[in-house]
Amino acid sequence: MTSLSSSRLRRSLALHLFLTPLALIWLFPLWMMVVFSTMPDNGIFSPGIELLPHGNFIDNFNNLQRDTDFVGAIIISVCVAVTYTILSVLLTSMAGWALARYQFFGKSVVVAIILGTITLPYAVVLIPQFIMVARDFKLANTWVALIVPPLFNSLGVLFMRQSFSMMPDDLFDAARVEGVKEWRIFVFVALPLARPMLAALCIILFLASWNNYLWPLLINSQPGSMTAPVALGTLIGLTKVSWGGIMAGAVMLTVPMLIVFVLLQRHFIAGIAAGAVK
Amino acid sequence: MRNRNATAYRFLTPYLLIFAIFWVWPIISSFLISFQATRTVPWRFAPGFNWGRLIGDPAFFNALKNTLLILVIQVPVMIALAMVMAVLLNSPLLKARGLYRFAFFAPVVVGEVAYSAVFRLMFSLDFGVVDKLLNSIGLPKVDWFSNVTPAMALIMIAVTWRWAGYNAIILLAGMQSIPEDVYEAATLDRVSKLKQFFYITLPLLKPVIVFCAVLSIIGTMQLFTEPFLITERGGPGGGTETLGLLLYRQGFRSLNFGYASAVAYTMAALAIAITLVQLWLTREPK
Repeated sequence: MTSLSSSRLRRSLALHLFLTPLALIWLFPLWMMVVFSTMPDNGIFSPGIELLPHGNFIDNFNNLQRDTDFVGAIIISVCVAVTYTILSVLLTSMAGWALARYQFFGKSVVVAIILGTITLPYAVVLIPQFIMVARDFKLANTWVALIVPPLFNSLGVLFMRQSFSMMPDDLFDAARVEGVKEWRIFVFVALPLARPMLAALCIILFLASWNNYLWPLLINSQPGSMTAPVALGTLIGLTKVSWGGIMAGAVMLTVPMLIVFVLLQRHFIAGIAAGAVK
Repeated sequence: MRNRNATAYRFLTPYLLIFAIFWVWPIISSFLISFQATRTVPWRFAPGFNWGRLIGDPAFFNALKNTLLILVIQVPVMIALAMVMAVLLNSPLLKARGLYRFAFFAPVVVGEVAYSAVFRLMFSLDFGVVDKLLNSIGLPKVDWFSNVTPAMALIMIAVTWRWAGYNAIILLAGMQSIPEDVYEAATLDRVSKLKQFFYITLPLLKPVIVFCAVLSIIGTMQLFTEPFLITERGGPGGGTETLGLLLYRQGFRSLNFGYASAVAYTMAALAIAITLVQLWLTREPK
């Protein structure tokens, strides 16, 4: 017995000795983001090694706000991400419900097309989307341009389809016998039952919109209409810019999401594990 | 399940409408645009114009070479690393599991711009904390931004940091769905943990690994933000230019939509070809 437990102990020790340095390396960039955001610019570009936070965050934030209207950009980002999440959850859960609970003409075609788009690079639709939204619809630099085109997502629908198809039939049949309309069954029976899956989907969709970069960079390039990542991105590479300010912006984009991640880890991981959104 | 065409399509319509307008039409349109000369007004049909240019364009072959190089090195390394993370996080011997999970999974929520900024600052010459640390343990400083090889390495390190945990989450979920009694039986038969990994975990996990590989390949094929922001528009001198960056420059800096569409279709064709080869290589033996 003693030999067994001592071998377990050795294995456990080896495991932790390997995993701890790896975990520290992985945390290092996030830690440095926080450290940089609290350092004055001349501290960031000094020869010494500084690994602990200072007290300069507010000054850095003021520098950032001087370089670009970051608060305005954050407000746009929040509003867009909230609206996008609500609309996208609605669209994907409705479509997922139809695919999970009804037999209909053309169903296998619809499923095959949705599956096919997973392997199709977004780059293929990027240029016509841009031409259509900017030139034909004249919607560049509006919230609609940020919210509507990214609404299509294939993995979210597949996730909701799976969630709804795991629910027992009798639940819905009982309501049908009573003569309840299909949309009422969806809204008042199915959606409440799917709450944990909807939570996972909401988190993933919000995050996708919050961090989206390429599309907002292209379509909303006017200073007053930029999202927060785009506004921050315009500063990277400028010669006269406050790097402490950029880091303060990076912290403001990242830390709220890290807090959400810690609080709702289970939903988060469920959403990604199901491949909910890439 | 009921056969109800009208009801089903009422639920599907909003989704399919968005799909038709913002995906189906653009896929077709992009193909058509690639056969047009788009820098004349009005655009004119010229089938060989963009594709002919593509075949003889050194900038295209440079971007293609860089993209494939990153793909061939970064994706396997990242998936192997994600596998190691998943296996170790799944170990019953692990204490303080939550902390380790946080360390590896946290990059998943970090936006491309925020992490690109941090990496750029961490790796900057002379004042970058990475070079300072390398120096303090006696290693030479590396100029990550002026030479092609370190710049490419930097892009791969950054992408691996951002996405390894994401893949580990998917792999871990796959591992946890393997029934426990398979391992119990193997342990009773005195099969070592290492053998259990190679003869049980790996084969049963194959579909999940393929899923991760396919998503990673498609993601890397379109790599844009990291070379755009970290190595400053694909620098040094186009050394980290990718197909995604070439598309951006051609489409949205030079406003040459026809040529950019040809680049986009090349990316799609490559992604689909690689995916198919992958599915074929890992197909179930009959």
